[in-house]
Amino acid sequence: MSNLYLKNILRFFILILLQVLILNRINFGGYINPYLYVYFILLLPFETPGWLLLISSFLLGMGVDMFSGTPGMHAASSVLMAFFRPMIIKSIASKKEYEAGMQPSIRDLGFRWFFTYALILIFIHNLALFYIEVFRLSDFFGTLQRVIYSTIFTLLLVLLTQYLFIKPSK
Amino acid sequence: MRHLFAYILKHYFFFLFLLLEAFSFSFVVQNNYQQASFINSANKITGSIFNTSNNIDEYFSLKKANYSLVEENASLRDLLSDSYRITDTLIYYQKDTLFQYINAKVINNSVNKQKNYMMLNKGSIHGIRNGMGVITSAGIVGTVIEVSKNFSIVISVLHINNKINARVKKNRHLGSIEWDGSYYRKGLLTDIPTHVRLYRGDTIITSGNSHIFPEGIIIGTVEEYFSKQGDKFNKARINFAVDYNNIYFVYVIINLMKEEQTQLETLQNNE
Repeated sequence: MSNLYLKNILRFFILILLQVLILNRINFGGYINPYLYVYFILLLPFETPGWLLLISSFLLGMGVDMFSGTPGMHAASSVLMAFFRPMIIKSIASKKEYEAGMQPSIRDLGFRWFFTYALILIFIHNLALFYIEVFRLSDFFGTLQRVIYSTIFTLLLVLLTQYLFIKPSK
Repeated sequence: MRHLFAYILKHYFFFLFLLLEAFSFSFVVQNNYQQASFINSANKITGSIFNTSNNIDEYFSLKKANYSLVEENASLRDLLSDSYRITDTLIYYQKDTLFQYINAKVINNSVNKQKNYMMLNKGSIHGIRNGMGVITSAGIVGTVIEVSKNFSIVISVLHINNKINARVKKNRHLGSIEWDGSYYRKGLLTDIPTHVRLYRGDTIITSGNSHIFPEGIIIGTVEEYFSKQGDKFNKARINFAVDYNNIYFVYVIINLMKEEQTQLETLQNNE
């Protein structure tokens, strides 16, 4: 059990550093940026209590904010994403039953489940992030376009990371 | 009261969510009105981490940095008084120093947000103050908005609320430079009077009206000129002279006459 805590805490810090030191400098096509740090929220264990889910997501967003000079932006969108997480998990049906000790991952729940789960949550996160950033509704579709591109880019990275760290099933 | 308490406890997930969102948004709103105060408080922790990462990063860009420094050396050599003297020393004269330059290194930079800032590795103990202009050898970069002891934050040209006084070099007409938040190599020159025609390749420079930048620092070149019937002012899309994704060394400009200029202006405003 403590192993699980340690793993998540490590993931928390590594993802923040990865985001601010490397990923924030990737500007695909000028301004499209992957936000891989949300991978932490995606991968928290199913039995994480609600308060821990929200607060750790808030701290994660705040950490990224501090380094990017965008106070509150990432925190607000991360908390929103964490808020929707339990609902999304409940609403996506999986072939396998949820069991104790399972993690939201391709290995445990299959590609299709994880893909839908990650896509919806990343989209929510990016939607909040980009609209808070512009802080106005003019140029609505221009922003939406950036949300979509960024979601695709982030999702690709999330899936890639899943496959990189996948362990052969028992 | 106890019912209320029990209700909140039952739906604590939702209320905690609201609380955290309110907290985050207070930061967002605060930051939208008073520029970058949060960034400044975080300077010490983030500054040192970025400094380390930048030290590593620098090795990979040594060639490029060297090249731009050599280029700049050459242009500075051109400015030496020797380069001006012909034979008659009477013709040569030198103005009093108006501007001084502090060199600094960019340790954090972004181009992919709507509001981009960068962090420099020098601060108030090196003489940097709020409101100073920042340039590279290639052109304009931004304005200092926050200073701590060892670091400073620069509001980049790539900031949707940042407007910069500009001038068309060939006919000295004034306009202003904006950025629309899309592509970091292209800006917008607005407020051009309709009778002024611009063509592709026309150079846009700083106007020298703002006490921040000396006149004649290159901002970019015109790419496309738009004129619409009925508008009072025309627009032009410009290519920025500086690749903002690729800045290593910058110069912070001290305007030695700024105090005198602003004093005179407040006198005039009080009339």
